[in-house]
Amino acid sequence: MMLAALALPLAGVAVLAALASAAVSLAASRWPRVLSWLSFPLLGVCALAALASGIDALWFGGAHQAVLPLGLPWLPWEVSVDPLTGVFLLILGAVLLAVAVYGPGYAREFRNGRDSLAALGVFTALFVLGMLGVLLAADAFLFMVAWELMSLASYFLVAFQHEQAEHRHAAFLYLLMAHVAGLAILLAFGVLAAASGSFSFAAMRAVHPDAFWAAVAFTLALLGFGTKAGLAPLHVWLPEAHPAAPSHISALMSAVMLKVALYGFLRVVFDLLGPPQWGFGVTLVLVGGATAVMGVLFALQQTDLKRLLAYSSIENLGIIFLALGLAQIFQAAGHPALAALALVAALYQALNHALLKGLLFLGAGAVLHGAHERSLDHLGGLLRRMPRTGWFFLIGCLGMAAVPPFNGFVSEWLTFQAALQAWQLHDSLLRILVPLAAAALALTAALGAAVFVRAFGTAFLGRARSRQARHAHEVGRGMLAGQALLVLGIAIAALLPGPVLGLLARAATQLTGAAVTGDGWLWLTPISPRVASYAPLPILAVLLVVGALGVALLRPRRRAAIRRAVPWDCGFAPPTPRMQYSAAGFAQPQRRVFAPLYALHEQVTPGRYELAVGDRAWRQLYLPLGALTDRVADRARRMQAGHVRRYLAWSLITLLVLLWIVS
Amino acid sequence: MDRVLTLTAALLQPLLLLAAAPLLVAWIRRVKARLQNRRGAPLLTPYRELRKLLGKEAVVARTASPLFRIAPYVVFAATLLAAAALPVLSTLLPGARVADAIALIGLLGLARIMLTLAGLDAGTAFGGMGASREMLVTTFAEPALLLVVFTLAMTTHTTNLASMAASTLAGDSVLRPSYMFALAALLLVGVAECGRIPVDNPSTHLELTMIHEGMLLEYSGRHLALMEWAAQLKLALFAVLTVDLFLPWGLATRLSPLALLGALAALVLKLAALGALLALGETVLAKMRLFRVPGFLAMAFLLALLGLLAHVILESAL
Repeated sequence: MMLAALALPLAGVAVLAALASAAVSLAASRWPRVLSWLSFPLLGVCALAALASGIDALWFGGAHQAVLPLGLPWLPWEVSVDPLTGVFLLILGAVLLAVAVYGPGYAREFRNGRDSLAALGVFTALFVLGMLGVLLAADAFLFMVAWELMSLASYFLVAFQHEQAEHRHAAFLYLLMAHVAGLAILLAFGVLAAASGSFSFAAMRAVHPDAFWAAVAFTLALLGFGTKAGLAPLHVWLPEAHPAAPSHISALMSAVMLKVALYGFLRVVFDLLGPPQWGFGVTLVLVGGATAVMGVLFALQQTDLKRLLAYSSIENLGIIFLALGLAQIFQAAGHPALAALALVAALYQALNHALLKGLLFLGAGAVLHGAHERSLDHLGGLLRRMPRTGWFFLIGCLGMAAVPPFNGFVSEWLTFQAALQAWQLHDSLLRILVPLAAAALALTAALGAAVFVRAFGTAFLGRARSRQARHAHEVGRGMLAGQALLVLGIAIAALLPGPVLGLLARAATQLTGAAVTGDGWLWLTPISPRVASYAPLPILAVLLVVGALGVALLRPRRRAAIRRAVPWDCGFAPPTPRMQYSAAGFAQPQRRVFAPLYALHEQVTPGRYELAVGDRAWRQLYLPLGALTDRVADRARRMQAGHVRRYLAWSLITLLVLLWIVS
Repeated sequence: MDRVLTLTAALLQPLLLLAAAPLLVAWIRRVKARLQNRRGAPLLTPYRELRKLLGKEAVVARTASPLFRIAPYVVFAATLLAAAALPVLSTLLPGARVADAIALIGLLGLARIMLTLAGLDAGTAFGGMGASREMLVTTFAEPALLLVVFTLAMTTHTTNLASMAASTLAGDSVLRPSYMFALAALLLVGVAECGRIPVDNPSTHLELTMIHEGMLLEYSGRHLALMEWAAQLKLALFAVLTVDLFLPWGLATRLSPLALLGALAALVLKLAALGALLALGETVLAKMRLFRVPGFLAMAFLLALLGLLAHVILESAL
């Protein structure tokens, strides 16, 4: 019982370590070494504490609460750690630990640049602090303070290399969207607080708003958290902002911050809002499905490695929200066990995505570090120049492609199993919707595999397409160790799905009231052995045994194992690197098939082919919205005449109107 | 004792399929030749080809990475493992507990990803072309295959292939509209996945049309043998999958010698008929232009989706 009470103190240690990291980083502008020797190690301490706290919360269950002597006098800050928090503390800790190991090597590059190392260290630590605060907050006030801290600190990180105009543009867009999102979340909490009369989560949980206001709060929460999570069509900031930040920050933003948004959504809609409604579930399934398909289609067309990863994050968040929709539908239909299954699938997907995308962004950072290039059309052949990073990246790609025995498959399998229980629903509309969602998911999975074959195939296989790629070098030990840590996490999530599911199930049980079991450490049998089961360890064992047998039996005894020769290529002239398929060429068939969904600009001039794949949402939603804002601003400017008297008049009128409303 | 017997049977079934896969290919070639008024090669030719390749020196492109040499073993092992999840003779199959139908599709996905990566590895034009086209095919074929499985899973309430077949054997009718749609989709998907006419032509190395062969161009010797054998196994796997899902009659539900012999006879008959059907299709149809392929596959996807919807709307009485 002693250990059970440790969750909250450990989380406190994590917060203090992040604060300390922020404080010491101030010295980095004077002594650059502080960053490597103090800031990142302190973040590592923070990560370990968060990891331990998360595992503790999941292992022992139950909620631990405390009221802090901080905040406003009549509104003290409340914190709590429960299994739901635990899942996300676990995610944060795992990824942050890898980043803390990886960071010093990566940040060394900035030492000679003009960018401020102190800013990097301080804002990284504040960013982490903000995310921790969001997870720990147990009242709306602290939640919003931490949320804004997270948004603002990450804004400065996106704008870190602000000499480049595109980074400034990305950062501004990010700030704008973050503010709109923050406003929506604030209003959602406003609705909940109006119903319960208090900002404390405990009070909100006890009193629920009526159906209309619940729908309003749901919509606001979906808008707010959905913007942060990159749901279509609110995603446009994400592929701009995530690649603009330094790679280890991209890893934190994609792997952790998106999950923090997911956490916020889960907390508000599944925990605080009250009884589930199938309408919410349908909305989530539709939005999630559209986001997933849109995200993966655009990921397939990106030539910038980091943008590709960012679009793939959008896809994954879409899948997660789709699974949440299933959970909501099942819960509303009175099948809590199935809702728990869908919820576990979503949480498993969140964990997988965090580990995989963390690894892939760190890998992309290593590529950037080793080859100084992130355009797929200028890379190639890196597996031979950077073997360790290359094999790690391959593991990440196979995980993302959701094939057994890798971890991405586990969550995909769970989601499908949940969707296949749709026959238990009574409403025929829902019974049609759920299989359609499964179809969208299947399409997404197949396209996702194509995305990562293309990414790995053009960057790491084949031959170097540029001088930088030809002279790429492997990264240092720390950067490799950071990636290796995430590979370890991936191996656990991939090969021991039973225990991992057992941990995640605590959070699902907390939200749905029903239990899910993994059936032992070897098997994954969420419903019953007759229905479906999956065991990755035997699969891996058979793959290894068959492969080893093949090598042992087929290896020639009397001559060399292989002979090296010029590529055959159907007997044409020896191929040059320029004759390889380019990244743009690889995805050309899908570009033709799905042409109506892309905003394509193609231009062919003799000897030159230019291609730009634009986002339709940008032209059809954002530009008109921007123009409208401009026009409204123009109107509003008429009030600004420059006469003090008129301003005083406006103030008086406003005051009178307000008084009239109050009375 | 029973346990040992079941395990042995589970081990032997995929090996049986592996051994018989070249024969199925030879049979299809033979029927095709007869339909085209040729005599055709002996039925043992594919075995001889494999033996020849296994004995030859393996030449690897200088530009290839280690992945190129690992890929054949992974492709082979993953396809064999997928076959282990399939009831070939008997529905008593412990292997099906390890990997259900979704995992089977996933394992085929693993094999395909390694194959396409190997195609890209040497940095040649044709390898990339084959890989890109394979990914186009899979974009629709894999979801369609999943939907077919889902349609059956909704009816039988399981994704375990052995339970599915057992459930159909126990009396679930296959004469449902959803099954008809699903069967049609599965046939189209099988043709596309196995690289047969009209999607791809396994017997040509014509540069501009090849898909599967394009990725194998750089392979030789034992590596090529493994890749070819895996492709043959995949064809046999799709054939057995089709008969398991839609015509499981004859599958042994007990492990008695008589039942197994009967199951073997039934399997041979069914596969021969299915192979003859494929040969007939390949004779009367011409290969499509590549950009017709998405239409073909989209039809398969749509049929599978219709099957699923037909099940939900027409058949699911609660």
